[in-house]
Amino acid sequence: MTIHKLLIANRGEIAVRIIRAARELGIATVQVYSKADKDSLAVRLADECVDIGPPQASKSYLNRAALLAAAKTSGADAIHPGYGFLAENAEFAAAVEAAGLIFVGPTAQSIRLMGDKVAAREAAGSAGVPTVPGSRGRLESADAAFALVKTTGFPVMIKAAAGGGGRGIRIARSAEEFHHLMPQAQAEALAAFGDGGLYVEKLIEGARHIEVQVLGDGHDVIHCFERECSLQRRRQKVWEEAPSPSLTPTIREKLCSSAVALAKVVQYRGAGTIEYLYDDRSHEFYFLEMNTRIQVEHPVTEMVTGIDLVREMIRIAGGEPLRIRQDQVRITGHSIEVRINAEDAAKGFAPNPGTVTALSVPGGNGVRFDSMLYAGYTVPPFYDSLLGKLIVHDEDRASAIRRLDRALGELVVEGLATTKPLHQALVRDPDVQAGRFHTAWLEPWLASHAESLAAPASAPNLAGTVKAAATAQTAPTTRQSAPTATGGL
Amino acid sequence: MTIQQIFSPLPGIFYRKPAPDQPVYKSDGDAITLDDTIGLIEVMKSFNEVKAGAAGKIVRFLVENEDAVMAGQPIAEIDV
Repeated sequence: MTIHKLLIANRGEIAVRIIRAARELGIATVQVYSKADKDSLAVRLADECVDIGPPQASKSYLNRAALLAAAKTSGADAIHPGYGFLAENAEFAAAVEAAGLIFVGPTAQSIRLMGDKVAAREAAGSAGVPTVPGSRGRLESADAAFALVKTTGFPVMIKAAAGGGGRGIRIARSAEEFHHLMPQAQAEALAAFGDGGLYVEKLIEGARHIEVQVLGDGHDVIHCFERECSLQRRRQKVWEEAPSPSLTPTIREKLCSSAVALAKVVQYRGAGTIEYLYDDRSHEFYFLEMNTRIQVEHPVTEMVTGIDLVREMIRIAGGEPLRIRQDQVRITGHSIEVRINAEDAAKGFAPNPGTVTALSVPGGNGVRFDSMLYAGYTVPPFYDSLLGKLIVHDEDRASAIRRLDRALGELVVEGLATTKPLHQALVRDPDVQAGRFHTAWLEPWLASHAESLAAPASAPNLAGTVKAAATAQTAPTTRQSAPTATGGL
Repeated sequence: MTIQQIFSPLPGIFYRKPAPDQPVYKSDGDAITLDDTIGLIEVMKSFNEVKAGAAGKIVRFLVENEDAVMAGQPIAEIDV
């Protein structure tokens, strides 16, 4: 069943990305929009658009009935969910298929299975993929817990089974500490949650976040190698790259094969990502979870493999088998993506909606800018702060970092503060340049570099002295958004 | 009796409750002090408290729970 008209059940930069891929495949596009997104770039680019309700996501982009009705009235035969919103909602995927439409993604069953932590862990186990060593379920007694930690080794995390959001977590680094903390944790869990049940899990300190891109057609699965996304703030990735600077060819092969094995166990269809923690001292990796959708950072994989992942997932949804064999997937060079968010790096990353008064997009060889911006666009306050992604590709990692520095220098977004100064500081950091980081690296770095983020980053050398002299007389803000122009926030 | 308005400091979604399953921060007729929270504004998925900014009594709310608001929009009338 071929797709003729695709409805995009999303917004922002990913909606633009999907429209572009569909157009290249000769597929007509229908962009749904909330009242707040009437002037969005995706609405401007799509062949048709349909109003699906008020600004609140719960009343528009999460409104399944409105989305299905929009598909019906526009005559769309497929729905692409993008990422976020309903992308990993099994009931929505099932409802789309029940309405006789194609869901551009995996089956509802795959989404449900991988969305269930315990079931996903079991699937990983059955595919021979290592998971973080720990208890399979609740531990009721301190003796049972100690028997377990003797097999996992220290340090371990003791978590309340009924807890959440980091509450009731204790870290034990030795048997002695464990015997001391376990009764405390039990008593506290009982007092706080009325449930003394505990989980124990090995703590992987200083681990990196590495994920493997897979593509499946429901029968066969290939991988498109890995991405490393260890630079995170509040569990949000800010910088992603491919390949990982920390893997040896042997580990890379092992990691990517394990992802294919897991995706095959669930007969995966479409584009998906299997996330791991990687300990670069022991060279051990551990399955975290599978994301059953296209990811924000997919472009770095596209840049190094030459595969258009969004186009491939649409083709697969239309019924085509995988067009690429595993031995045809190769890594060429290095790619880095940085997220340009409407956040003021100088003010604790405060969200910063507002109007883009001027925009200058970087260009040149190996530079890509996937965004929802245009000059004059007003960024609404109702959705997440991702404005776009600056992606570079070059022959190796060091060159890619220099190219990123150059491209960041060309990027001008005026009218609202963005995370550009953060990335300008990161590209010049010796640890970042050496690839020496892990998932807990960025937050302490931000705390110790608060001052350099508050001050405007120095203009790149290629700006030249004439330009620097000229800007000094007016406002020192021509090459980046003014720290004062924060749209009233 | 002097009527003043409390204005939304930010654009976003206005919430009258700290969480969906909890009671409203303030109801019409409630007494308020300067530092009382009267609601939340969600801006790009981050939540910001709206303070009364004056002592007195809530006359009435001018926006509903989960309404979209603009920065500077009046959200409640108070008697100070």
